[in-house]
Amino acid sequence: MTTGPTVLSLRGATKRFGGLVAVNDMDFDVTEHEVLGLIGPNGSGKSTTLNLISGALKPTEGTISLRGTPISHLSAADIARRGIARTFQLVRLLPSMTVLENVRAGAVFGHRRRWGAEADAHAMRMLALVGLDRRANAHVGELTYIDTKRVELARVLASEPKVLLLDEWLAGLNPTELEEGIALIKRLRDEGRTIILVEHVMDAIRSLCDRCVVMSTGTKIAEGTPEEVLSDPEVIRAYLGDDDA
Amino acid sequence: MSMTKRDWQSITLSAVLLAVAACLPLTGDAYMLSIGITIAMYAVLATSWALFSGPTHYISLATAAFFGLGTYTTAIGIENGLNYWATLPIAAVLGAVLAALVGLATLRLSGVYFVIFTLGLAELVRQVVTWGQNVSGQKGLYVLTDITEVHIYWQLLVLGGIVYLTGWAIGRSRLGFALRIIGDDEEVARHSGINTSRAKILLFMVSGATAAVVGSMLAPRYIYIEPALAFTPMLSFLVVIMALLGGTGRLWGPLVGVIPFTLLWEAISASFPNQTTLLLGLSFLVIVYLLPRGFVGLIESGKRRMREREAFA
Repeated sequence: MTTGPTVLSLRGATKRFGGLVAVNDMDFDVTEHEVLGLIGPNGSGKSTTLNLISGALKPTEGTISLRGTPISHLSAADIARRGIARTFQLVRLLPSMTVLENVRAGAVFGHRRRWGAEADAHAMRMLALVGLDRRANAHVGELTYIDTKRVELARVLASEPKVLLLDEWLAGLNPTELEEGIALIKRLRDEGRTIILVEHVMDAIRSLCDRCVVMSTGTKIAEGTPEEVLSDPEVIRAYLGDDDA
Repeated sequence: MSMTKRDWQSITLSAVLLAVAACLPLTGDAYMLSIGITIAMYAVLATSWALFSGPTHYISLATAAFFGLGTYTTAIGIENGLNYWATLPIAAVLGAVLAALVGLATLRLSGVYFVIFTLGLAELVRQVVTWGQNVSGQKGLYVLTDITEVHIYWQLLVLGGIVYLTGWAIGRSRLGFALRIIGDDEEVARHSGINTSRAKILLFMVSGATAAVVGSMLAPRYIYIEPALAFTPMLSFLVVIMALLGGTGRLWGPLVGVIPFTLLWEAISASFPNQTTLLLGLSFLVIVYLLPRGFVGLIESGKRRMREREAFA
């Protein structure tokens, strides 16, 4: 299964907030061109793990490495420049700017840095990729919910990341939008991008992920293909409680 | 970077306006010149203030600290035998250094904490200077030069031109784009790969250095300077109010606020010399409530309405 070289690895990554252990001793690897699903019940520490990787939070212990180089001591900006880009659980756009300018932000300051006409052309290509090139000059306030998510995704893609972190990118979409959303991520997957996605939508997990890491109360409780982990009794217990297992 | 036809138009227009403004002393009217200096001084201060605070929305009340630093640099420099012209770059460097130090210490603070810190900073510097004078036994400093009001006015115009060019260049640079992103969402800025502290500190240094040079240029006008004059918090507040009145969304915004407000302020100071602080507070409230985006906002929403009307016609 994991054939390509390791791009990202977590070793003993731990995050404590006072007495609360939000992420406890997480170990996992992501290989090139792999789509890894980070799943688990609410409050299990998935988003915190993503925040540790993206540098929004510093791990209390443990290391996170990108292609063998430790990055866990770096700032979020440096991590982004090294090639890890993320979307946010609650979409974050730049409200005073147009769709194109939002995406240009990724093209100008990300992993691969562009400027001027080159940045604009690249941003337009990313907008075309997510299917929003016709709305390039629209103001972000005029967009529908899924379109705001597309803009955020295009901004992240514009930085040409080595690893893409999607924090519940499919959450809150209606059934039609969900179908479009899954198709879009599938397209990214087919392009051979390396993606970690935190997700609750089971259809998406089954159809998109090569491998899943399951978390419960901050700890990794299972790892494997979606079929394996979703039939694991411990995973079912974590999701549904003891009585239903 | 290539210049568009519009860029050339705005540069030509600015140069013509600057040249017209430079002719003011030819009227020979001392009162006009005095108001001209005040307008030029606030225009430079408010524009450079807005270079930093406009995009980032960090409201700095430290203008008086930088201004006073410049005033004292020139006064002390001249007293120790330095040429007046040599004190200007020294003031610029000192202003930039102070801004960098303040930036490193405070730009991690956000919102109201930053505002209070900058206000406190001006007060702190003033107290230190006052203490220094008490120790040395001096009350104030004389700044005796052969620089006339006309010279001060022209110097301020040149500095204004430099500030405009700098602001224009920053607006078209990566740094300018980074600051707009920071102003919109600092979290997104960081995660897009922007070193937010560095961008903010750089702009704060530009703003601080400019205010210090303005202070230097104004020192010969005061002739006798003391801390209460050089570091007056009123200056910081006036700069903020004028910049907000004009609007910080455009480079020319603060200027549009400075001209009417300086004239209004002259009238207020002449007619109600004892109520200036009260009236300053009132005008601040009026601006924030009625014109939150300043004249720039008013003009732009007017333009948008015109365009929409045309589109529907």
